[in-house]
Amino acid sequence: MSERLLTIDNLSVTFGGLHALRNLNFHVDRGEIVSVIGPNGAGKTTFFNMISGMVTPTEGDIRFKDQSLIGLDPNQVTARGIARTFQNVRLFANMTILENVMVSQHCRTRQGIFGALFHTRSFKREEEEIRAYGEEVLSFFGSRLVGYRLHQPASVLSYANRRRLEIARAMATRPEVILLDEPVAGMNPKESEELTGLIGKLRDDWGFTIVMIEHDMGVVRDVSDRVVVLDHGETIAQGSYDEVSTNPDVIEAYLGRPAEEAS
Amino acid sequence: MTSAMRHKAAPRTGVDWFLFFLRGLLLGLVTVGLGAFVLQQIDPANPVTEWLNPGASRLSWDAAQGLIVSGLSQGAMYGLIALGYSMVYGVLGFINFAHGEVFMVGAMTGMITANKLDHGGLWESNFVLAILIAVAVSVVCSTLTAVVMERVAYRPLRGAPRLIPLITSIGVSFFIQNTSAVLLGPGAKNYPRLPEGLSDRIGIGPLEIEGKKLLVLVVAAASMSALWYLVERTKTGKAMRAVAEDKEIASLMGIDVDRTIVTTFAVGGAMAGVAGILWGILFGSVTEFTGFLPGIKAFSAAVVGGIGNLGGAMAGGLTLGSSESLAPQLILEPLGVTGHTQLKDAVAFLVLIFVLLVRPTGLFGERLSSEDRT
Amino acid sequence: MTSVEHNLQTPELAPARPVLDQDWRRIARFGAIGALALIFISLTDMPDKLDGRMIVEPLLSMGYFSLLWVPFLFGNLVTREVVLEGMVAHRKGVRELLAGALVGLLSSLGLVVLIYLLDTRDLSEPLVNWNSDLHTVLTFGEGNGYGMGFWIAVCVGLGLLGGLFHLLPRLVVQPLKAASIVVLGAVVLESALNDLSEGFGLESLFESLFKKGSDRGGLSVTGALVLAAFGFAWVFVLNAQVAKGKQVFQQAKERNRSATMTVSSVVGVALVLILPMYLGRLTNDLLVNVGLFLLLALGLNIVVGLAGILDLGYVAFFAVGGYTAAILTSPSSPGFSPELSWSVAIIAVVGMAILAGLFIGAPVIRMRGDYLAIVTLGFGEIIRLTVRSDWASGVTGGAQGILNIPNADVFGLFSFKGTDPQQMLYLVAAFCALAIYVSWRLENSRIGRAWMAVREDESVAEAMGINTVNAKLQAFVVGAILASFSGAIFAAKVGSVFEISFKILISIVILVVVIVGGMGRIAGVIAGALVLIGILGGPNQPGLLSEFSEFKLLIYGALLVWMMLQRPEGLIPNVRRSRELHQDEFLQDAWLRKQVDEDEAGGEGEVAPA
Repeated sequence: MSERLLTIDNLSVTFGGLHALRNLNFHVDRGEIVSVIGPNGAGKTTFFNMISGMVTPTEGDIRFKDQSLIGLDPNQVTARGIARTFQNVRLFANMTILENVMVSQHCRTRQGIFGALFHTRSFKREEEEIRAYGEEVLSFFGSRLVGYRLHQPASVLSYANRRRLEIARAMATRPEVILLDEPVAGMNPKESEELTGLIGKLRDDWGFTIVMIEHDMGVVRDVSDRVVVLDHGETIAQGSYDEVSTNPDVIEAYLGRPAEEAS
Repeated sequence: MTSAMRHKAAPRTGVDWFLFFLRGLLLGLVTVGLGAFVLQQIDPANPVTEWLNPGASRLSWDAAQGLIVSGLSQGAMYGLIALGYSMVYGVLGFINFAHGEVFMVGAMTGMITANKLDHGGLWESNFVLAILIAVAVSVVCSTLTAVVMERVAYRPLRGAPRLIPLITSIGVSFFIQNTSAVLLGPGAKNYPRLPEGLSDRIGIGPLEIEGKKLLVLVVAAASMSALWYLVERTKTGKAMRAVAEDKEIASLMGIDVDRTIVTTFAVGGAMAGVAGILWGILFGSVTEFTGFLPGIKAFSAAVVGGIGNLGGAMAGGLTLGSSESLAPQLILEPLGVTGHTQLKDAVAFLVLIFVLLVRPTGLFGERLSSEDRT
Repeated sequence: MTSVEHNLQTPELAPARPVLDQDWRRIARFGAIGALALIFISLTDMPDKLDGRMIVEPLLSMGYFSLLWVPFLFGNLVTREVVLEGMVAHRKGVRELLAGALVGLLSSLGLVVLIYLLDTRDLSEPLVNWNSDLHTVLTFGEGNGYGMGFWIAVCVGLGLLGGLFHLLPRLVVQPLKAASIVVLGAVVLESALNDLSEGFGLESLFESLFKKGSDRGGLSVTGALVLAAFGFAWVFVLNAQVAKGKQVFQQAKERNRSATMTVSSVVGVALVLILPMYLGRLTNDLLVNVGLFLLLALGLNIVVGLAGILDLGYVAFFAVGGYTAAILTSPSSPGFSPELSWSVAIIAVVGMAILAGLFIGAPVIRMRGDYLAIVTLGFGEIIRLTVRSDWASGVTGGAQGILNIPNADVFGLFSFKGTDPQQMLYLVAAFCALAIYVSWRLENSRIGRAWMAVREDESVAEAMGINTVNAKLQAFVVGAILASFSGAIFAAKVGSVFEISFKILISIVILVVVIVGGMGRIAGVIAGALVLIGILGGPNQPGLLSEFSEFKLLIYGALLVWMMLQRPEGLIPNVRRSRELHQDEFLQDAWLRKQVDEDEAGGEGEVAPA
């Protein structure tokens, strides 16, 4: 059995009496692709916010490689090796595409004011390194984000390309786990099919472990090793796609839609 | 949203420790100062007082009540101005830096009207009628200023990045200030003399209040009640609250958002106009800079009371007014700070910083739409 | 990029609209605004007070110019259409002329009414400028009828001219613009040019252009014509050359380009070294003030422009620099008086600036942007009030300030005399160069990128592994250090420090400089400082147009509002910020190009490389 990377232990959070998440338990092993699904308002994004340190849970523990993440700031969580994307694409719109992937290597780099002022040799080497790695990450998506595009501001990108750049930005933080929040939302079928293939590559070629929130059941079926279903802040089912999609609770939660799509 | 939830119990970073220390320092200062004050009141010759503040004497009740009353009347004016800041922040989510100038316009136009009436003799023969005319003129002028300001400077900026309207309002403030200096001439301009009776002291319970200060408190309370009625009981008020909560949904529910925003500015402007003329009555003169410092302090009052919360704005104003009036005597003087009244304005800002460090949502809780809370 | 190109392409024009197909309400609105503007400007007394400064002797003074631009501009704007993609643009014709003339006519009515009222009513009670001088200026002392007729005729004419500008081809408009810029520029720079010509022994050239023996300054008629001709020539000859040079520069290889950069910076340094020797005392002094404000503006640019923190109490760091230097160097500082040399004191100044930056920065760094603005303003006032108070007067001198600050002595090698503007200019230029270098290097580094990320979206920056608290504190501290340098030089220059030199007003003026120049852009900030502080002057310092001193703060306020409404990106914009601020146009472009983009993306998708 492979190494256990992320353990969610009895996690709960309440916002003013409302249970956004209740007693969540599950784990992610290295090299897995786990999908988190559930109807709107089930608490999926809150769950991501908690892992990435933007929301502090009321109870329970999140452990990454046997160390608790509770109480860490988001930037420290990222430094430990967990990166994320956002549901409503949030790029640094007025920075260039290259700068977007360079700035997210911040926690992997050390150069301070001194190096920047005197352009020391180590400063130049580091700049070269992060630029090269940034371009490498961008070329994962073909030629769309490289070449003349490198020095364009992110705001000129099309919607699909913005989503791609968000994933590239998460990759650039050199994480072990990437949390993808609805990566194919708003993409057309062709684009989402391509991205599904790339998610597989993220694991196979780059060795990332992936936790993904997704509404598109086709994508979930194609890439997930395991599926976790949330509803009203609670886990109602876990297991392979086929197990979950035939689970009566899940069908009820979704009003029977996933079963139809699956067939 | 996230910032409130990310409050962590124990300090971890250097900044956390620094803030922890700063809060402690401020609290300690207040406690020690008050303690020294109590000792000084019991016996000015005790060794602590002799060491900290040699030559101190007791604060008499007469002096103390003077401080309380002037603190409260000044605070009531801050509260009236703060309502405008609070309402605009609630509806548009930005600080209308120029609101202090609306107040200044009220005080200026009040001064001009009062002097005209004084020349005509009405000021002396029928003071009540004269002051009502002056109030009407300054309320109309302030309201107009606020509405024009919204139309010209802020409406084109709906939906711009947050700092843009703030910077614009700084420009507007600067412009109005200097317009006043250039058109009306720089420097202080005096109100006509008040009738004799207004400077007499009137006894209410243990307090003896100067007539004009009582007038300020009464007018402030009346304006506040009128505003409360408008916001809580009328259709316009309901529309204002709805727009403050969510502009888009409000417009879908058939509310004219632009008109409601104009109404908000107008109401805030009217309150500032009332405050302006009260200022004139209380201090007797006005300059082009009259709006600047009281404006910022009134904004502080709005924050202290909890921004978007109208009752809070008034309470915040009273809190701020009385602390800047009392704190120098009660805290700074017993600690042996010489020239403590020079630090009155600094105290007001310290109160703001202290409240934001300890309770960022204000003493009475803020009421903002969800998008403005982040 | 593309939006600009679209605008430059002349779209196919629809036939001109009929003459009477007017937007009457728009004309009425513009006319009314024009009339109000004319009345307002008259009541500020600009026409009277600025009459003492000529543009072309004896034809036109700045006083009248302050009125004349109004009908022209509004006559032009009333029919201006922003041509967007997909809209039908009409050929311009008589319709535009009529609209312009009508706006001119309506505007002139403002002055007509004012002239009448000035003659019949006395409103001097609240309005201090309501007097017969203003009436004389407006009627040329020739009676109401003459004045009213004059203004109606001139305003209609100028409105017509404004409308005419739409009709003229670019080939005519551009040289006209250039000619007027050259003429006005020469007039504004008159005293500096005079200084310069004396320095280089070119008095004859200066005297051939400017009116001799005029106590009101101004170009001679021939001088104005010569300069206008020069402006024309500039467009036809030089513009093409400059464009060519730019092209060559852009096409040049990276290495050549950096060589060009080196050459131009060497030329720049040489200019800065040589120029002060030929400039007179006044111009040098003016440039010292520009430099002091530039230093402050460069620091604030890091804080506001790069890191997106609106610090309104920035003047506090200027005060920290000034007072630290004063206390440490002056022999007459009360209490603590070590009488260090300036160069040693500057090290302490940096230390104090870092401490002050951390002390003010730490409590405010986690606040919402607009709360932060007010709280920093509060800190600025707290520091000023404390410095002034009797309580601190044992160290800071209270309201009496600190006097007898010695010259700026640098390790015994040089001594920059505070009273000699030429020496001060070298000192301030050296520090400005340092600040420019620091800004430039930091902007293109790991820290600069982190600042920009924080400015763009703080919580995402945090999620991408940036310690936003540290990044913002660093910006605060770097900004504080640059401001404190300015303070230390200021102390040495003036020879004394008082608390009144550190009012909030300064913070706001610096903010105006940064914003008018262009937030986040070094060249923009330099341009902003030169234009605003150099021409209009700082809060307490005169500029080239010393006649404007009464109006400069009014103009600053109006400029700030106008900038925010019309050109939030500033004179020399940061490409990126202008993108953010003109997002609408970009969305439109993006919408147009979506099809292309998607096709391209789809095509590549099939051959997705690993």
